[in-house]
Amino acid sequence: MIVESILIILKVVVIFAALMTGVAYSTYFERKVVAFIQHRIGPNMTGPFGLLQPIADAIKLLFKETFIPNMSDRFLFTIAPMISFVAACMTLAVIPVGDWLNIGGQRIQLIISDLNVGILYILAVTSLGIYGIILAGWSSNSKYSLLGGLRSSAQMISYEVSIGLGIVGVLMLSQTFSISEIVRQQSGSIFNWYFFKQPVAFFIYFISALAETNRNPFDLPEAESELVAGYHTEYAGMRFSIFFMGEYANMITVSAIASSLFFGGWNGPFLPPVIWFVIKVIMFMFIFIWIRGTLPRFRYDQLMRFGWLILFPLGILNILITALILVL
Amino acid sequence: MIIFSILAAVAVFSAVMVITRKSPISSAIYLIVLMCSLAGLFALQGAFFIAALQVIVYAGAIMVLFIFVIMLINLRDNDFGIDKRKIQKYLGFIFAAVILLQAVFITGWAMKEFSNETESAMSSEFYQSPVDSLDQEDYLSAESVAENLFMRFAYPFEVTSILLLAAIIGAFVIARKSDPIDDEGEET
Repeated sequence: MIVESILIILKVVVIFAALMTGVAYSTYFERKVVAFIQHRIGPNMTGPFGLLQPIADAIKLLFKETFIPNMSDRFLFTIAPMISFVAACMTLAVIPVGDWLNIGGQRIQLIISDLNVGILYILAVTSLGIYGIILAGWSSNSKYSLLGGLRSSAQMISYEVSIGLGIVGVLMLSQTFSISEIVRQQSGSIFNWYFFKQPVAFFIYFISALAETNRNPFDLPEAESELVAGYHTEYAGMRFSIFFMGEYANMITVSAIASSLFFGGWNGPFLPPVIWFVIKVIMFMFIFIWIRGTLPRFRYDQLMRFGWLILFPLGILNILITALILVL
Repeated sequence: MIIFSILAAVAVFSAVMVITRKSPISSAIYLIVLMCSLAGLFALQGAFFIAALQVIVYAGAIMVLFIFVIMLINLRDNDFGIDKRKIQKYLGFIFAAVILLQAVFITGWAMKEFSNETESAMSSEFYQSPVDSLDQEDYLSAESVAENLFMRFAYPFEVTSILLLAAIIGAFVIARKSDPIDDEGEET
């Protein structure tokens, strides 16, 4: 019992530390890749190849003055970034980074909690993450924040539906909610990946995930030319950086979900499972950044129309066709 | 049992806060806390599926819309004023009592019915620790919920959806009347 508890705590600590490192270095990765796309060099002064840049940024943000706007709701203003950050981190608890592992006679499953409703848990937690953004927008008592918060929450609610519909396509084939079970079903050959069985579902999921994480081309909440910085206009210092970390943590978890559900998670030849998992996640992060570097931003009405009139019907159609094929 | 008490206490506390707070947004936030603690209670009894649905549907979708509306019309603390119609207060108490009695009777009846059905498995399982009841909980799984919802109670389910559709159209008409240039994204 004690060993198990220690193991769970250890798993949480390790995965959280990995996530935080990932968050720090994905900012570096993003700046480097975007710089490469735009024929620049990117951060290269702090440490070798600029590798210490994230640490420098973190120190800078930590020592910045935090600032609470006048007439704002202090409690909600403080708690909003925490909500979005915690929600982003909590999702990772049900994502398996590897299969069972034998260490000194102890069988360890490389997942914090193998819930049998894992996917629903993810949907639930991400839907709670919206509150961070809404409350940040509302409590700042600033029109840019309010508009940014409204926009992004409307966008996230709309695209959450499509995310769900995309995932249902996989669920219908896998017949289970447990993510580790879904990953296990995709072992063997590359053609067992659900990406090849449910390509439409994957694209629906991926596009919606871009919108859900407020990434380009759906980063309207942060459209500088219209909204200054959207919901976090009034945030500075550590609170701002918590939002920022939450956003990157969200990107990582979304990539992890995509690779677990559609790209076989930890499955892969030769290399250990964890490495494969990390490779797949990094690949998705690269695609995120690549899209950011190349595509322009949507207009807001285009975004909503695309979500409700194209992605949503497409998701339902995909489910119908899958059901037909399953029955026949 | 300790977790149960904490969750129940949080639920009751936030339920009281919902109806006593003056500012609508903090009421809404306490309602979210209430939903989440209810989900925790469901999960404690092994109904993970129901718990997840509780968070997704109530806390994640409906309450977001509530907060949305509160933010859009920007209600402040003193927008409600003090209600001068005293009679409504007393009527409110009476109706609350009636509804409470109904809830108690219906729950009691349903429990009896259910325990007859499953040979009193339910009532004993209800207070067991979640670990024991985990493997025998197939009547709370997604399959059984779907079966009950879409096979046994398909007719009430469909009727409810028509009712909701009527409500949506009604809301739409009301919104249209007051503000004809409102965009159509409202009902989503």
